[in-house]
Amino acid sequence: MTQPTYAELARVVRDHAGRLAASLVHLVGDFSAAEDLVQEAVEAALTHWPAEGIPDRPDAWLYTVARRRGLDHLRREHRHRQKLALVPWPAEPQPDHRLRLIFTCCHPALPRAAQIALTLRVVCGLTTAQIAKAFLVPESTVGQRITRAKRKISDAAIPYRVPSPEDLGDRLAEVLAVIYLLFNEGYLSTGGDQPQSHDVADEAEFLAALLHQLMPTEPEVTGLLALIRLHRARAGARFDRGGEIVRLQHQDRSLWDRRAIADASRLIARAAAQQRPGPYQLQAAIVACHAEAIRWEDTDWTQITVLYDMLLHLAPSPVTRLHRAIALRFVAGPAAALAEVDRLAGALSHHHLFHATRAELLRDLGDTDQARAADGLALALSTNPAERSLLRRRLNWS
Amino acid sequence: MKYVLMFVDTEQFAADLAAMDESERGRAYDRVRQWFADHHDKITHHSHLLPPDTATTLRLDRVEPLVSDGPFVEGKEIISGYAEIEVADLDEALRVAKSWPACPVVEIRPIAA
Repeated sequence: MTQPTYAELARVVRDHAGRLAASLVHLVGDFSAAEDLVQEAVEAALTHWPAEGIPDRPDAWLYTVARRRGLDHLRREHRHRQKLALVPWPAEPQPDHRLRLIFTCCHPALPRAAQIALTLRVVCGLTTAQIAKAFLVPESTVGQRITRAKRKISDAAIPYRVPSPEDLGDRLAEVLAVIYLLFNEGYLSTGGDQPQSHDVADEAEFLAALLHQLMPTEPEVTGLLALIRLHRARAGARFDRGGEIVRLQHQDRSLWDRRAIADASRLIARAAAQQRPGPYQLQAAIVACHAEAIRWEDTDWTQITVLYDMLLHLAPSPVTRLHRAIALRFVAGPAAALAEVDRLAGALSHHHLFHATRAELLRDLGDTDQARAADGLALALSTNPAERSLLRRRLNWS
Repeated sequence: MKYVLMFVDTEQFAADLAAMDESERGRAYDRVRQWFADHHDKITHHSHLLPPDTATTLRLDRVEPLVSDGPFVEGKEIISGYAEIEVADLDEALRVAKSWPACPVVEIRPIAA
């Protein structure tokens, strides 16, 4: 065995911790007790594996630790005794029940922050400390969220199973929202000094891929996976060496991962063949239009505005209208786009992107003074360091 | 698993109900009766409460018990009734509550075992 890198360690833990959690919840019949055992096994792995190397059978290693800890608790702690006493511990982990686990962690009766923390801890095997670091919150806050969520799962009898067909649509939408929020948090975090936090985006892609593997015929799951992969395929070109944002128009497209883009496009086509369009599939198709253009000039803006129209039809939102207006600039010109943007003033005047977009369109139309005023408003509303830096540069140059 | 569904009225709902004519209101009550009939095998008991102006609140955390007129929370949303149900889990409780045809808010609370 060789000493593993941090990335290898994270990957192996991610591949096995959720499986173990699912199997233990099934065995022990108590979400909270099972989750404690998995967390102990993961912490033991993070202590031992960096020095001793990753074992040949990480799943069996984790399972053995969890089982031993379970039996220890049985001897020591009254509160676990009844639950664990009935467990017929087999020698091997059980089949993959992670889909149930995901639906329990993302149950709509739990608050969003708890859904995210619980999913990361239970399905991805992150420790409370790792989650706290990724979201720049105190460890005690994450710990409290998890404890409260586990108590509610137990007290309110949030079930451990895949929802019935009549509830599946809504519940799946909830899971997808959790994963996409997690991805956005990682891809463009709104706080701290690091604009990109690779870990959380990794976890989001892992979750989307896992869900796709477990539900291969749900086109929106496929759509979300494609969307995340398309964004990540272009991640290398989004920032320059100094950490400044590079606008799509000026990105070095040779840095884009063409193979990943082609793979994601095939996923979109496979999802589309099911003829059940949805917001994630459409967003992925829009991003694919950008990703497949070899040069900025090759972008199919007409197709993009059509896709935005379909998206607005399914999921009306002022932010989506704003994005459509940005595309409209290249189909109908800056004046038409500005008129459309200005119609959104009531809904989006608190949104930095609204003012940043107005600034660009005003600059295109030669109105530098108004453009500077709009950039100033955008700067005041943005909290992302890289975006703030971009706006500051624009204010200095224009 | 037992839960209490607490039915919560809003001012808007009360106004809508008051604006109905006799036959509309009759149909609204029929829908509620139908809901109780549809779920009778899960409902262990239920009651409708008289309006909040009939409520009396007693506060015992004072030197002397304090009796006052009205509900304990002064607000625009008031509990107008409840039903205790016995179902497998929260998902089933949610399904029962989602089909509730009257007031616009339902709080679902597990009963301590």
